Amino acid sequence: MSSTQPVLTARYPATAKGPGGSLGRRRLRGPELRWAIAFVLPYAALFLAFVVYPFGYALWMAGRPALYAELMSDPLYLSTVVNTVLFVAVGVNVKMFLALLLSGFFLRRRWWIKALLVPFILPWLIATAQACVSFHWMLIDQRGLLDGLLSALFGIDGPIWFNDRGLAFGWNVAAYIWKWLPFWTVIFIAARMTIPRDVYDAAEVDGATGVRRFAHVTFPLLANLYLICTLVSTLWMLGDFTTVYLVSGGAPALSTEVLATLGYHYAFETAKPALGMAAVMSALPVLIPVAIVLMRRLQTNEVQL
Amino acid sequence: MSAAALPGRPARRRYRLRRTVVEAGSIGLGIALLIWSLLPVYNMFLVALDPEEGEIEFDGNIWPSDPSLDGFRDVVTQEARYLEDFWHQLGNSLYIGLFTMALTVLVGSLASFAVGRMRLSKASLLTNAALLTYAIPASLLIVPYYAIMHTYGLSDNLWAVIAAQVTFATPFAVLILQLYSNLVPFEFDDAARVDGASVPQIYLRIYLPLMTPALAVVAIYALLLAWNDYLYQAVLLSVRNMTVSMTQGQLFEDVDAPWNAMMAAGILYMLPPVALLFALRRYVVASLTIASVKG
Repeated sequence: MSSTQPVLTARYPATAKGPGGSLGRRRLRGPELRWAIAFVLPYAALFLAFVVYPFGYALWMAGRPALYAELMSDPLYLSTVVNTVLFVAVGVNVKMFLALLLSGFFLRRRWWIKALLVPFILPWLIATAQACVSFHWMLIDQRGLLDGLLSALFGIDGPIWFNDRGLAFGWNVAAYIWKWLPFWTVIFIAARMTIPRDVYDAAEVDGATGVRRFAHVTFPLLANLYLICTLVSTLWMLGDFTTVYLVSGGAPALSTEVLATLGYHYAFETAKPALGMAAVMSALPVLIPVAIVLMRRLQTNEVQL
Repeated sequence: MSAAALPGRPARRRYRLRRTVVEAGSIGLGIALLIWSLLPVYNMFLVALDPEEGEIEFDGNIWPSDPSLDGFRDVVTQEARYLEDFWHQLGNSLYIGLFTMALTVLVGSLASFAVGRMRLSKASLLTNAALLTYAIPASLLIVPYYAIMHTYGLSDNLWAVIAAQVTFATPFAVLILQLYSNLVPFEFDDAARVDGASVPQIYLRIYLPLMTPALAVVAIYALLLAWNDYLYQAVLLSVRNMTVSMTQGQLFEDVDAPWNAMMAAGILYMLPPVALLFALRRYVVASLTIASVKG
């Protein structure tokens, strides 16, 4: 990997430019070097003590091949892998695409749309655990709010949501999207606001409006950001524990677990920490490529609008 | 094009019709979004405003038939089960949140100052380390964390959670601060050096004041990360050091928990981040713009 170049700083030569003799260009010597090292030291110590060591420990714990044989023979593990793939694939893509579309909606010049942004952002501000518990109670069979609404408005008896694998899984995804859609929408709103007005004016002269403007002007300009956000979101969602743990709790009968909750289940509920670690580590083959693509994108890309 | 430039009557009517459809569509979308965003929040209030303990909260009610503030009162006076120490729990949450915030800002700004402003050689190593940590989902490391915190003598200690949160918040801090610091001209540093300022003086008097907006965003990020955390607190802490977030874990342990009070506690718990975000909203908007353009 060509990672020897100064990351991030190299991307903005124009702004970071000082005269030849500036502090930034000279080699550090004497007291300055010592200060620089002292300044980096806390972070380096943190990294060694709380990233390198636990990660090494995890690899050592999950290193025995027998663990993976045990995982493979466990039908719970296999169904969990399927769940995790679906959870992340559906959740990330639906959420990012909705966020992209909604960012356009929120930029419409109407006072009530601006006002709507406040309640829309609220889910992002509510602590995850409390929000997930609220979802859980809302969906708790006939006594929950949602079935109450269904019977009051349409006179139908709602399903017992957590008795059905598909429905319970769907609500896990929905709760996660509910929590994180505002955050990504705001990111895209900010990005769209930086697109200069004259780009749109020029497009309009060329006859690109509506859907065509979105497809040929807005989206290409945001494509790189969209990709980076999708990758970041994939990593976050892959590591999400709270939503599944508190919304469906794996119900019915552990059939909606994802890797993060299964690892917890093995490690802390059935007291098999090594197996839990191995279950989680089996996400690495997906995690590493995503992380590498993300790092490359963040390092080398001139993200310019 | 020429037809659009000189709209005739049918074209104008079609235009007006399209406008009406778009308006109606966006109003419909707005209402749907409002319901979608507020339904779970409404449900929190519905549960919290119920007068009785026990299962009565969940009765298919879609309206608080007999709203009362009993839940809130029980929280504030610490009379509800699991919330006998509510103020202590909130204190623990605040302790974790504020120290995570302060340490993230400190460690992150020191590191990114050394890397970005002093151009320490081999600096890429550090930013790569930050990127790598950013890419590891925190929850995947919970099992080894449980073990190593024991080794470090931090089992059942609030500092174990703080250490974990700072570890996972600092990479974002370093990345954002790096991006932002490149927008600040180096001439300031040079001028200060010519005047004989030492490195810590440049850091304190020039770097930190100029970086305030980015530091505010890092602070909010770190606080929200700690505030939103459930897993690390639930695993690394015991009942003795309970936090507000952990109380929600009673969900599957005890169905008969006083959920009106627990939800009331949840509603109170969401006030500090809202207040903080409101106070710092100017910085948030500014830095989100930077983050999205550059990142």
